[in-house]
Amino acid sequence: MPEKYHIKTQPVPPRRPRIGKHGVVDWREDCARCHNCVKKACVYDRYRQEADYINKLTEVEALYFDCMGCFSCVQDCTKSILCLSVNPEYEKLGNRYWKPDIIKTTWLQAETAKIPVSGAGYRGPFSGHGFDSMWTDMSEIVRPTRDGIHGREYISSSVDIGRKPSYLSLNGNQSIAGLPPLVSLPLPLIIDLSSPAHTLPKLDVVIEQTAAGTGLIAIMDSSYRPADEAHLENIAFYLAPDSAPVPDAILRKTRLVEIADSPAVAERIKEIKKIHPQIVVAIRVELTTAGIGRAIELAGMGEVEVIHVMADANGNELTAQKPRFLKDMIRQIHTTLIEKGIRDEITLMAGGGIALPEHMAKAIICGADLITINLPLLIALECHLCESCAPGTPCPAKLEKIDRAFAVGRMTNLIAAWHDQLIELMGAMGMREARRLRGDVGRAMFFENLEEETFGKLFGVKK
Amino acid sequence: MNTLPQNTLKTRVPQEVVKRTVKTAPSRYRNEIAKYIVHRSLDCERCGKCVEVCEFGVHDRKPGFKYFAEPHHHLCIGPSCEKTGHYCVAQCPKGALQIKENPMYRALGDFRWTADLILATWKMAETGKVPAAAYDYNYECGNSGGGFDKLRFKFPKTPPVKLTEDEIDTSISLNKRKDGRPEIKIDVPWYGGGMSFGSVSNVTQLSKARAAVAFNTFTCTGEGGYMERMRPYDDHVITQVATGLFGVREETIQRVPIVEFKYAQGAKPGLGGHLLGDKNTPAVARMRETVLGISLFSPFPFHSVYSIEDHMKHIDWIKHINRRALVSTKVSTPTDVDMVAVGSYSAGTHIVHIDGGYGGTGAAPDIAKKNIAMPIEYAIGKVHQFLAAEGVRDKVTLIASGGIRSAHDVAKAIALGADGVVIGTVELVALGCVRCSLCASGRGCPRGIATTDLDLAGKMDLDWGTQRLINLYTAWRKTLVGILQRLGLRSVAELRGRTDLLMHLDYTNDVPAKP
Repeated sequence: MPEKYHIKTQPVPPRRPRIGKHGVVDWREDCARCHNCVKKACVYDRYRQEADYINKLTEVEALYFDCMGCFSCVQDCTKSILCLSVNPEYEKLGNRYWKPDIIKTTWLQAETAKIPVSGAGYRGPFSGHGFDSMWTDMSEIVRPTRDGIHGREYISSSVDIGRKPSYLSLNGNQSIAGLPPLVSLPLPLIIDLSSPAHTLPKLDVVIEQTAAGTGLIAIMDSSYRPADEAHLENIAFYLAPDSAPVPDAILRKTRLVEIADSPAVAERIKEIKKIHPQIVVAIRVELTTAGIGRAIELAGMGEVEVIHVMADANGNELTAQKPRFLKDMIRQIHTTLIEKGIRDEITLMAGGGIALPEHMAKAIICGADLITINLPLLIALECHLCESCAPGTPCPAKLEKIDRAFAVGRMTNLIAAWHDQLIELMGAMGMREARRLRGDVGRAMFFENLEEETFGKLFGVKK
Repeated sequence: MNTLPQNTLKTRVPQEVVKRTVKTAPSRYRNEIAKYIVHRSLDCERCGKCVEVCEFGVHDRKPGFKYFAEPHHHLCIGPSCEKTGHYCVAQCPKGALQIKENPMYRALGDFRWTADLILATWKMAETGKVPAAAYDYNYECGNSGGGFDKLRFKFPKTPPVKLTEDEIDTSISLNKRKDGRPEIKIDVPWYGGGMSFGSVSNVTQLSKARAAVAFNTFTCTGEGGYMERMRPYDDHVITQVATGLFGVREETIQRVPIVEFKYAQGAKPGLGGHLLGDKNTPAVARMRETVLGISLFSPFPFHSVYSIEDHMKHIDWIKHINRRALVSTKVSTPTDVDMVAVGSYSAGTHIVHIDGGYGGTGAAPDIAKKNIAMPIEYAIGKVHQFLAAEGVRDKVTLIASGGIRSAHDVAKAIALGADGVVIGTVELVALGCVRCSLCASGRGCPRGIATTDLDLAGKMDLDWGTQRLINLYTAWRKTLVGILQRLGLRSVAELRGRTDLLMHLDYTNDVPAKP
């Protein structure tokens, strides 16, 4: 058995004060100054921590908002002078897709590398847009399950990237013709290019080190050169038509490269393969209204090994008036490729709108082989996703002052937590391999189908 | 029953009686969380007009006192009071009063458990009555945008049959197999879910047990073992056998009328139980026979069960050890939950208990709570119909859980096809839970409910806890009787599977009614 994939982690506390969901407003003028003040009784000792925080402040940067929202002090205060409210700073985090809850849980995972655990059941909406309109299955009694998360059974999260011929071909002398190269990754995740809007001076180095530390691959600008050449194995250069060329000697040390889609894509692949025959070439296809058709067309071309489809940051189809969501687009591509009998020959990477670890699992269930992310890693660095990264605008998270060890630690922790959560989901499903998760929609439940099968039969047509 | 050996129950203690009497059980906290706040400005001349006009007792001036006490904000019905002619704000001669929505109200609750639902549950637990209509609490559903929250009853303008409350039967039978084992009936179509000692305090567990006695229903030990202090309530306790097998002994199986196999739970379908190290106190470690302070992760699944035949072996084992027990099989809701249910029936279970993916009280990974297994609203109908198609629907009791928050949810679940339900979170809310979700961390629940920390658990008194649950059950039963009365149904059993009495807000509802 191969060595188990394990990411070494350690807690990386935040540099900035936490932006919690709740805060307590204290109307001090009515205080009775009881000697048994409820503030002393806070189970989480937050009032003392707040006082310490304020005492140490050298400049007023941010208020202290780390109340756990248990209402105990509010309800027990002799003079009823405490009031708990939702922190407006918390509500400002993220946007309509990257909701404050997502930002908060990402921060927590980046700090602790642990799976977020809470009690009292699920608190959210019944279902929702995009990935929130599907549930993963579980095994029970009649099917074997896997007890993976605590290491009692081994669940592999490895995937292979490249072209996988459906049959062997023989040379004239009856020897097996050369097999296409494959890149194995320990996790179905690739770190995608940083958005130009979010490019920070030290970010490339951080991403390089995170990819190397976790054994993953990061797609990076063709002009980037790692300090340590050994890390080239963990870098896939993105070759756009106008990007800087990568010297052949450097390219030969990489395993994967990504090129922009173009009419001459087949020729471009041949050129690259000529330089480095063992490299796997991915084609980046933007999921515009023509994106799905183009991805399917590319999959039919013999030279194409990997297609990387990209929705926008919120998982939506680009340039469409009524955009489809990433999960539906992946399903369409996957299903069409199955119908054409070529699905297993192509590796499908999907990105855009992958915000949580369950999105990784769900995108794979819908038909992607692996996913690509970038924004969650940025959020791990305490980014608020305020989207005001223009030069000269102060960053509320002060990302420009980021320390490399801190950033690598936080990104690594987040990836480790995502890995554990993928294992958690697969364990519940009784799956032993991420490869087998791909396209297994029978192990998922979709909102529309469940509604139709149950309420549709009982209550007529959905309005 | 007479033909079965009686000697399986070796040690029996006298059983305690708990009366089903409603008594006011006010909040444990000094300041109740209110929907509205009343602000009195310095313009007040203390004329006392507000005390005189308010019908709800919001304003209070103790006899002999010059100044008013802090208004009882939680009793205020808000600006809608204006219509009543008793609106203090309008009647104050100095215009010194203001009523505003309490900003804390927004901080309370979530999509599934709205602030209204929490506040209404507290009122029910306090008084034993549903809150007055004037409070305008929407406690019939939450705000999740699907499932129970979109289902409504199609109440006729006048009931087809006029029934008095006394004529309506809310009891259900738990043994439909007619296999010679006891015909256990419970007075209300619900019983308390498994919450282990360790996950909750012993006061919480005992309060649940005593309320179960009062209503001739059940509570469940959860997987953390059987407290000796539960012995006086043995006849209303379900012993849970879960994958960790903590505290499961021959004797604890023999004590009870029902034994439950927990294969999975809605809080974390497909995963084993979690008790984080901080909550593994000396008492918990002793009960579970484990090492103090370590996190306890129960395996998933039972490694001795990989087929229905294996499951049958488990059931036979229990039936052999306790010849008077009914067996319940608790499963979660995978795609093939219907097959699992039929398989469980064929293995010999009396009760199929399906626990939907959105429920649960215990610590669970957030990813599991939200994403694994289907919500219970889908599973009930699926299982009910499949059991009927297999011709065994009337030979097994179907119990649903996982998101039952109100008596209306109980009725909806039964109308979808369940015989009854299991409740959990609502009991904790009745005991003062604000759903801060911090049950798992550190010393546990800051409200003293889901904790084994002695200081925190000491915040709650057993008599108070028992009374809150008795009050809640009373209000629920009354609501359920009211629903049945409006539908003209004589018993809750008649409601089972009556989907024709339901409508869904997102559908045309043009399916013809059943004859």
